[in-house]
Amino acid sequence: MVLEAANDGWVVTKRNLLKIKRVPDLVIFSTIQPIMFVLLFAYVFGGAIATPGVNYREFLIPGIFVQTVAFGAGVTAIGLADDLQKGIVDRFRSLPMSRGAVLFGRTSSDLINNVFTVIVMSVTGVIVGWRINDGFLRGVAGYAILFLFAYAMSWISAVIGLSVKSVEVAQSAGFIWMFPLTFLSNAFVPTSSLPPVLRPVAEWNPISSVVLALRDLWGNAPAGVARGTGFPAEHPIGLAIGWCLLILAIFVPMSIARYRRAASR
Amino acid sequence: MANAIIAERLGKTYGSVAAVVDLDLAVPEGTVLGLLGPNGAGKTTTVRMLTTLIIPTSGQCEVGGIDVIAHPNQVRRIIGVSGQYAAVDDYLTGYENLEMVGRLYHLGKRKARKRAKELLEQFELTDAANRPAKTYSGGMRRRLDLAGALVVQPPVIFLDEPTTGLDPRSRLGMWGVISDLVKAGSTLLLTTQYLEEADRLCDDIVVMDHGRAIAQGTAAQLKAQMGGERLAVAVSERDELGPAADVLRSVGIGEPEVDDQAREVSVPIDRGTAALVEAVRKLDAADVTPTNLEIRKPTLDDVFLTLTGQPAEEQEIGGTP
Repeated sequence: MVLEAANDGWVVTKRNLLKIKRVPDLVIFSTIQPIMFVLLFAYVFGGAIATPGVNYREFLIPGIFVQTVAFGAGVTAIGLADDLQKGIVDRFRSLPMSRGAVLFGRTSSDLINNVFTVIVMSVTGVIVGWRINDGFLRGVAGYAILFLFAYAMSWISAVIGLSVKSVEVAQSAGFIWMFPLTFLSNAFVPTSSLPPVLRPVAEWNPISSVVLALRDLWGNAPAGVARGTGFPAEHPIGLAIGWCLLILAIFVPMSIARYRRAASR
Repeated sequence: MANAIIAERLGKTYGSVAAVVDLDLAVPEGTVLGLLGPNGAGKTTTVRMLTTLIIPTSGQCEVGGIDVIAHPNQVRRIIGVSGQYAAVDDYLTGYENLEMVGRLYHLGKRKARKRAKELLEQFELTDAANRPAKTYSGGMRRRLDLAGALVVQPPVIFLDEPTTGLDPRSRLGMWGVISDLVKAGSTLLLTTQYLEEADRLCDDIVVMDHGRAIAQGTAAQLKAQMGGERLAVAVSERDELGPAADVLRSVGIGEPEVDDQAREVSVPIDRGTAALVEAVRKLDAADVTPTNLEIRKPTLDDVFLTLTGQPAEEQEIGGTP
């Protein structure tokens, strides 16, 4: 059973990845976009806050990474809505394949896309002066958390894709909630600069935890820049992993339940 | 002979809308049942219930002796489904589409590949095998979708409007493919809005309208309900209608119907061509020159008109749920 499920998930993943091969424009734009983000944020925002002795650009890069993979996960909603609309999900559902395969295949292929994006961004980041300062292992650990987060976000996106009626709706519904989520965080500004009411929200925001975890692991959180207060500031790594697991625990079963219902409308 | 498909008082309700109401079906193994009806009659909903895609609100159904509601995954192993909208992945080639379906039936890599090649050949898609399905014509997409339904040579096949939207040549090709399936011994349930299609392919026909079965029988039985043949005479001048009606009254078995507009007279007959020959002689003697003279066999269109009070085509409003 487990083997069959893994086979089904892989077959669907491969099918989704083939689309990237068939539509080369997708590859071009998914390469340009992360490069553009790194450059824009690094040079436009990077100079906005001048803190003596602090490389703000280095501080900013993990935030850009996290925001970009979050938006990259939004693609999951579009892919699923598209499959539902075109009737491909009907074909899948009339086959004796494992129940979660379409969802695991979709989230896996979207994760692979995100990995590709992060590689492009990392290279661009290094070119503009960003570095992993605390060694290989902590570097890898940072990437692991980043990808875990991207994968978890994909499952939220999956629930959205299965709940909307069309691809067009998925295109906006899949992304709109990410703007407050990513900007109400420490991704681009220190939380200490926010109004007091919003500060705790931003500090407990999963995005902030992941960003702070990356900064800590990669040595990108210079002492001169405020990192917030309390538990989120003291245990960002544990909290980041906890958030991702919590998101998965809620949204994986919810997606599977929605998938069954969405397809049986 | 055992029944491959059974439905008992099957029903599906969406909110206050009843898509299918108390439907009974029995399809013996190796035969073809046609669900005939206009859009919105509940045909697609019925197919979706029988193929495990939606759960019925009421009633029972069995496919291949397996309870569909209780054991959907067992049913999925023995059915092939080809939908109303060809569920083909645009970005995959024809070959990749079929190989994927084979892998998802757990055929294993080698068997899935072999089967994909066989099917491409059988459906005359070998030349286009390595092109993305996006580049296929409507007829080719349908054939590819149907091929996808046949990957494991399932004993029971469901085809939802297999020829809707196809041009006449592709439709003929599709009919040929479907006839071959039947000869190979498969049990088929197909839905159609085309009376000609049901007439040609189906052993048994269930006419549906507004979610209910309103008639059932072979094409011949349904036509027989409409009475037998009619002899029709069209003339060029209006004053010839009277003499023509007199002639038809004498050869027919009922009162002739006169259509002033079409300048046509028709009458029910029971002697076939003998009545036609006699009518020709008498019309000639009465100095009436017909512009058209024919025996009309009732069509399924007439059946539909009589059963529902409106022609099948004019009912095509509203979507299929």
